[in-house]
Amino acid sequence: MAGEFLVFDHVTKRFGALTAVDDVSISIKKGEFFSLLGPSGCGKTTLLRMLGGFERPDTGRIYLDGKDITDAPPNMRRVHTVFQNYALFPTMTIWDNIAFSLRLARRPKAEVEESVDAILEMIRMGDHAWKYPSQLSGGQKQRVAIARALVDRPQVLLLDEPLAALDLKLRQHMLLELDTIHDQVGITFMYVTHDQGEAMSLSDRIAVMNRGKVEQLDTPAKIYEAPVSSFVAAFIGDTNFFAGEIASIEGDYCTIQCPGFASIKAFNDKNLSVGQKVHLSVRPEKIRVTLNPPPPEKGAGINVFQSTVTDVIYQGVYTKYWLKSGDRSVSVLKPHSRFLLDQESITWNDRAYMWWHPDDGYMIENFSELDEQLVKAPPQTPKEHA
Amino acid sequence: MTGRRWTEWGVSLPSLAWLTLFFVIPTIIVFGIAFHAPSADGGYAPGFTMETWKAVVRTPYKEIVWRTIWISAVTTFLCVVLSLPCAYSIARLPTKWRAAVAGLIMLPFWTSFIVRVFAWRTLLNPEGFLQHILIVLGVADANTTLNYNSGAILVVSVYSFLPFAIMPIYTAAEKFDFSLMEAARDLGARSFFAFRRIFLPGVRRGVVSAILMVFIPAIGSYVIPDLVGGKNSELIGNKIYQRTFPDRNLPHASALSAVMGFSVLVPLACVAWWLKRQDAREAKRLAEATARKMAGGAA
Repeated sequence: MAGEFLVFDHVTKRFGALTAVDDVSISIKKGEFFSLLGPSGCGKTTLLRMLGGFERPDTGRIYLDGKDITDAPPNMRRVHTVFQNYALFPTMTIWDNIAFSLRLARRPKAEVEESVDAILEMIRMGDHAWKYPSQLSGGQKQRVAIARALVDRPQVLLLDEPLAALDLKLRQHMLLELDTIHDQVGITFMYVTHDQGEAMSLSDRIAVMNRGKVEQLDTPAKIYEAPVSSFVAAFIGDTNFFAGEIASIEGDYCTIQCPGFASIKAFNDKNLSVGQKVHLSVRPEKIRVTLNPPPPEKGAGINVFQSTVTDVIYQGVYTKYWLKSGDRSVSVLKPHSRFLLDQESITWNDRAYMWWHPDDGYMIENFSELDEQLVKAPPQTPKEHA
Repeated sequence: MTGRRWTEWGVSLPSLAWLTLFFVIPTIIVFGIAFHAPSADGGYAPGFTMETWKAVVRTPYKEIVWRTIWISAVTTFLCVVLSLPCAYSIARLPTKWRAAVAGLIMLPFWTSFIVRVFAWRTLLNPEGFLQHILIVLGVADANTTLNYNSGAILVVSVYSFLPFAIMPIYTAAEKFDFSLMEAARDLGARSFFAFRRIFLPGVRRGVVSAILMVFIPAIGSYVIPDLVGGKNSELIGNKIYQRTFPDRNLPHASALSAVMGFSVLVPLACVAWWLKRQDAREAKRLAEATARKMAGGAA
């Protein structure tokens, strides 16, 4: 794999009976913002710790800039970590914390001062240099932890769920800040998170991990729009799965017969033939919901289904509807454009139409029943219990 | 006074009363006895006198006091040095093992202290187990005496007081955030450097407790020098015993106790002062930083 900067080559790590990382191969380009995304226990942190030198893979090698670093101790790698709990040294001032790696490398005093002051300026913490970590807020600690890891310009910066301990507003602010810092320093970032929003907004590429394996490695848009597995489709965002069999093929499109629902028209990008089983993923925001049938100019080729509204969840930016059609409950997101007080809104027990274009369904290659649990289930209304 | 302060007083009052009644007042009485003359029946005669203090100053205690201090200091130093890696290792064990191993450290306390010191007397005997091993190893010969000297006191003191050093350091180490060690390693520190510069400052309060926990009993040590020490390795504790019982000179013993008490209180006060100064330094640094900020704003 020549030309790649950071390479995991068939890396496996077991803890007793548990295989935390299972034969993972990833290559990352220099300067890339790369994310490992997955639920807790998927092996993303273990992968990061192997790169940091805190765990040794059972099999497989790790190469950095052409050198095999698999067996190098943490202090012999030019790879620094921003820890989840920041791990700032409590007995040292902010200035001393940041100067730590430079002093260890025995850089000249003038250079240490220059570098530390410069990075303090960059994170706008110059006024706090002589404080101790306990005197800082969460967001400030976060910035210091990043500065400390970046000050001697490592080859790779590892970030282990760095925003997990911050509140929502601060998290959004730090996301922008991280993006700016990455642009400024041009160092390869490897970011571990379970938060799809963070990964989506920051990354050049994302590796979605599940049970020790990389499920999909691609750009954020590809991962969202063209998930290879039901896990990726369900873990990133929300979706509706429709299971069925190809009933007929019309050019690039096909009709899928779904038991308990209806026939769905979809784009046949997987070139399936009649009789094959298929799972279709349709994201809630791709589905329109209206009280009247869709206007004829939308074309006859679209999917239109009559349904009953079983739940309405108002969330400001959009309203989430649960619609029942046949035996199926389908989740739909309806964005709000203009708010009119006298407008008749769709509400409980209304008869409504849901419709979407065949291009908005995506066929899933690897489907697992387990992943259906990741999709938000329709709320159990008292009526259904009765 | 607020309700909370009343509660605080209410909770601490019983122990305060206990300590006043059975510790502070007796200490003052013992100190007071030093200003009386001894009586023939082993007690003290009425009437104020400075004669006892003059006698204490005249008696050449210099050697014994010096020996007591250096043996206590070296014991404390060795105990702390041995305890640090030990406490570090226990704190890094899986949680389920920690309590068991800490229990093993405390296990010797199930046997009487005197019996354990006496066991050392047997171990260090010229016919004993240790001497045989040392002779086989070629380190000692039949004429070497392991028992009845300062070295024996030192070895047995370190043995006896080691758990008192391990426990406070372990308690501090258990609360220590070991991800700091990983952070130090990650930033380029070798293991020992991380231990010295991150772990050691992290458990410094445990180390201070360990120093006090070992130094204070070591300086008043009496059983250990009595059983494994020789004629030329007496400590101040032995002298206090001799003045009290064989000599029947209670005022002299009281004066010596007072000297010993102060020799413990002085280092204690030094440690307290040092800790206070550290806090003050942190506050000063913060004040300086604020001043710098103000100056920066003005410029």
